This record gives sequence, C-alpha cells and structure tokens, in this order.
Amino acid sequence: MGNKKGSHRVFLAGGILVTFVIVILSLCLGNIHFLPTQLPGILGGSGGNVNRSILLYARLPRTLAALSAGAALAVSGAVLQNVLANRLASPGIIGVNAGAGLGVTLCCAAGILSGPAVSVSAFAGSLVSVLCIFVFSRWISASRTTVILSGVALNSILNAVCESVTVLDTDLAMLSIDFRVGGFSAISFSRLLPAAALIGVGLVVLFTLCNELDVLTLGDETARGIGLNVGRYRMVFLVLSALLAGAAVSFAGLLGFVGLIVPHFVRRFTGNESGKLLPVCAVAGGGFVTLCDLVSRLMFAPYELPVGILMSVAGGPVFLLLLVQGRGSGPKRAGGRL
Amino acid sequence: MIEMENVTAGYGKQEILHDVGLEIPGKGITTLIGANGSGKSTLLRVILGFLPLWNGTVKIDGILTKNLSSAEMARKIAYLPQGKDVPDITAERMVLHGRFPYLSYPRRYRERDLEIVERAMGQMGILSLGGKHMSELSGGMRQKVYIAMALAQQAGIIVMDEPTTYLDIGQQLKFAGMMRGLAEEGKTVVLVLHDILLALKISDRIAAMEEGRVLAAGTPEEILRSGVIRKLYGVDVKSHRTGAGEQFYYDISGETLSDGGAREGNLLG
Repeated sequence: MGNKKGSHRVFLAGGILVTFVIVILSLCLGNIHFLPTQLPGILGGSGGNVNRSILLYARLPRTLAALSAGAALAVSGAVLQNVLANRLASPGIIGVNAGAGLGVTLCCAAGILSGPAVSVSAFAGSLVSVLCIFVFSRWISASRTTVILSGVALNSILNAVCESVTVLDTDLAMLSIDFRVGGFSAISFSRLLPAAALIGVGLVVLFTLCNELDVLTLGDETARGIGLNVGRYRMVFLVLSALLAGAAVSFAGLLGFVGLIVPHFVRRFTGNESGKLLPVCAVAGGGFVTLCDLVSRLMFAPYELPVGILMSVAGGPVFLLLLVQGRGSGPKRAGGRL
Repeated sequence: MIEMENVTAGYGKQEILHDVGLEIPGKGITTLIGANGSGKSTLLRVILGFLPLWNGTVKIDGILTKNLSSAEMARKIAYLPQGKDVPDITAERMVLHGRFPYLSYPRRYRERDLEIVERAMGQMGILSLGGKHMSELSGGMRQKVYIAMALAQQAGIIVMDEPTTYLDIGQQLKFAGMMRGLAEEGKTVVLVLHDILLALKISDRIAAMEEGRVLAAGTPEEILRSGVIRKLYGVDVKSHRTGAGEQFYYDISGETLSDGGAREGNLLG
C-alpha cells in the first residue's frame, strides 16, 4: 500500500506541474505573445495598459474558466460513474449538461445574460435532470444500464425543448450556437466568479466525502451493512455532481467528453478509490480543457476554433482508443439495480 | 441476542413474512434454511432494518431496531449480502471499510482503526494480500477479506446470506471452519444456507422457513428428528456417528429420484 500511496502522490504532483505549465502557456500565448517572465510586470502595469488589459480581462478569466470548467466536469463525471456504477455515465451523456443548458437558455430568454442568476439557473436545470433520472430509475427499478439509457432519452428531450425556445426567441439564436458548441471566448469575471465559487465549494465538499463515495460503490446492501445511509448519500452525490456540471455549463457551454474521458484516463493511474481519483481528476480535467482551449486559439490564429469542437473531434477517437486498451477491465458484475 | 415477535413485512404490497416469531440466542451459529422464496433473505433484511416492519418488533440485545441509527446498527451487526459485486479496490481498503461505522465526518482513519484492521487481516491469514485488488483474488480468498471486514467492524453479530454460493467444496469446508472459529470466539453468527448437510454440521441452532413462516426451530438433532427437512425438500437426511463426530447424508431412495428430487448421497465430514 505504501508504494501505491506514493505513486498516487507522484501522479497528483506531476499533474499539478503539467497543468501549471499549461496555465502559464495559456496566459502567455495568443495573438500577442508574452514571455512568462513578463507576466508579473504586465499585471503590475509596467507593460502598458493594452497588454495589462489583455492579460487581466481576456487571458486570465479565460484560463481560470477553462481550469474551473475542466475540473468541475471531470470530477462530476467521476462521481456520476461511481454513484451509478457505470463507466458510461457523464454529465454530457445522461442529460445533466443539457438540463443546465436549458436552464441557461430560459434565463437568457428572460433577459438575464450574466451574474449569479445564470449559474443558479444552470444548477437548477442540471439538478432537475438528475432528479428526473433518479426518480424514474427508482420508479421502474431500472438496471444501471437502463439508468444511462433513460439519461440519453432525457438528454434528447431537453435538447429539443432548448431548440424550441431558441426558435421561438430569435434573439437567442446566436447565443445558443456559441453555448451549444462550448467555449470561453466571451468569458468575463462577472460571469465566471459566481459559478467558480459554486465549483470551489462543490469540490471541497466532495473531497471530504470520498470515503462515503467509496462505500456507496460497494453496492447498496454492503454499504447499508456498514452503516451508510445509502439513499441520503446517493442524493447528496447526485446533487453535488449536478452542482459542478451546472456551474461549469453556465459559463462554458455544453463541453462534451471531458466528464467521460478524463475519469477514464485518470482511473488507469489512480485506481477507483475516490480519495485518489477525484483530486487527480480535478487537476487533469482543468489541465486538459485549458490545453484544448490554448490549441483552439493558436491552431488557426488569428481565427479561433471553438474549444468544444476541438474537444469533440479529438475526444471521440481518444475515447475509442481508451476503450480498446481497457478491454476486460472494470467491475466483475454489471447490470445491478439502482 | 435477536428477538423477533409477530413480525410481518414485505415488498411493495406483497406480504412475505407472516407473523414471524424467532429468537436467535447470543453466541453460536444459527442457520436459516428453506426453499427458494421462503423468506430467509427477507427475514435477514428485517433484522438489519433494511425493510420496514409492517407489524411486530425486532430487538437486538434488548434494544428495538427502530431506535438504532444506521451506524449503531452497523456496530451491532456485520452483514455480508449474497451476490456481492466485486469492487475494484484493494483487499486492505475493503477491510478498512469495516471501520466506517466508527468514523465521524470527515471519516479519517485513526491509528487504532489501522491496528484493528491489521489484527482482523492477521486473524484471517490475509495480511500478505493487502495490496491485491479484490478482482485478482479467488472466491475463497475474497470471502476471507469480507469476513475480515466484518471482524474489523467489531460487531457481536455477523449475518451472512448464502456465503458459500460461489465456493467449491474445499473452500466451503474451510469456510465452515472459520464460522465455527468465530462462534467459539463468542460471536453470534447467523447464516442463510441452501446446503442442508453443511447447515446440520456447523450450526448450533437451525430455523426452517416455509412461505414466510418459521416452520420449526431448534438444534440440528431436533430439526433432524422433526421431519421438517422431508417436508421442505422432499428428501430425508440421516446421520451416522463416526470417530470424527456426527456425519450427515441424504437418504436417496428410488422414489426420491423418480420424484425428480435427486441429490448426491455424499457424506459430509
């Protein structure tokens, strides 16, 4: 066990280091390049107002947004996978993101385009989605596979409702396209900070509940047998994962694949114990999305590819590769009841 | 000690247990037997508080179970359900989960918890398997890990639902030895078993169930004499005293075979 603990810390430290380098690159590179050594001076005002404005009002919020969204979506995906005991679960697939998207669309249709109301709407939308899946699955005693399929169906319904609202309110059309693809080009601190605060709280609470999450993954009866209130904690974890996904979607739009790919990738190094998995997922998710955002900015500079498109194009094949390499792994028994 | 009085319970609107009364004495092995669907597992779930009572009372060591929290219940009863998923974690981590009911938020393990876990693993002879993943272990080894987890839970009562299902005959006999060891240490062991011969061999007390009712309860000898086994399964069990103690076997007649109730007439030592 000692070696395993050590290796987990190495992964976490390595992940933090790599993500730190990506963050510095994200702050330095763009249409105008800075040297890393210039960053403190520019922030202090010695590099001129234009450079300071670029760094402070464009690159910094954008980088922080990518970090926050990546960490939130990756951890949300890992938690959903453990709670639903299905590695296909992720906020993008089971309709959590779509619920958040509908919440944001309705909020924007009501004329509120930024601030805490957008984050709250996104969270409410994602929470309603999670509750719908949860209640429906319990009602029909769904198997874990059916839970995922019901989430896919809900995803489709929510997207259709979202489309309908957009068609009825033409002012939302342009906003909707950006939102559906996902990206950080229009990010501002006023939009980011309320959601980032929610993400921070959600992550901290989840990191303190790792033991409960591990016990929950043992199966309902074993978990009850060692004193866990299964129903209550399952709900707590679903709400927290909805909180993370909803908050991320409120400013990043519908970023696909992060919640699916990152936990899959990280599990290879950390195993399934939540105390190791979740922190590394947060770091890896943040680093991954920030890197994708950086590449999307630089690839066709001065034009910018929405990061959501890049992630979907790159994420699909990477996920298929992970599936091929991971054949035969995973839990011994599947198809249990929720 | 577990006391059940006039217990009625079920799933949805379907009543499974009908007015059950049963006393499971402290210390020793009590085994529930009965055909599939007779209510054995439901009875365990009622004892554990997983199923609400429709009527009646269940007391553990004199305390009504409805007055016990989940953690208090877990400190009194360790439960190993049937058909457990194999979690993708290490054996040591699995045993550590046995300390869960003793931890308060944010549930950090203390030195004492680690010592108890090490002792439990040592007792089951699995200290060297600590770093192995559960999926890498054989059925017998996995069962030892689960029992070590129950020992780490330090509950006076250990309840197991069909614990021998996935074990070969050699592992079943080793398992029986482990259960006797626990009983001799003063634990109350409650088992659900389908193997009647094993139940007769290792139990101090047997409760036979049929259609949600306790048909008979008593020592193995009393159960054997009562003829309840023929009533439940349509087969007779005979005993024969040898130098190694009482041995049980199925008395398979031509009539039994023609009834389609064939069983192997093996001796169980």
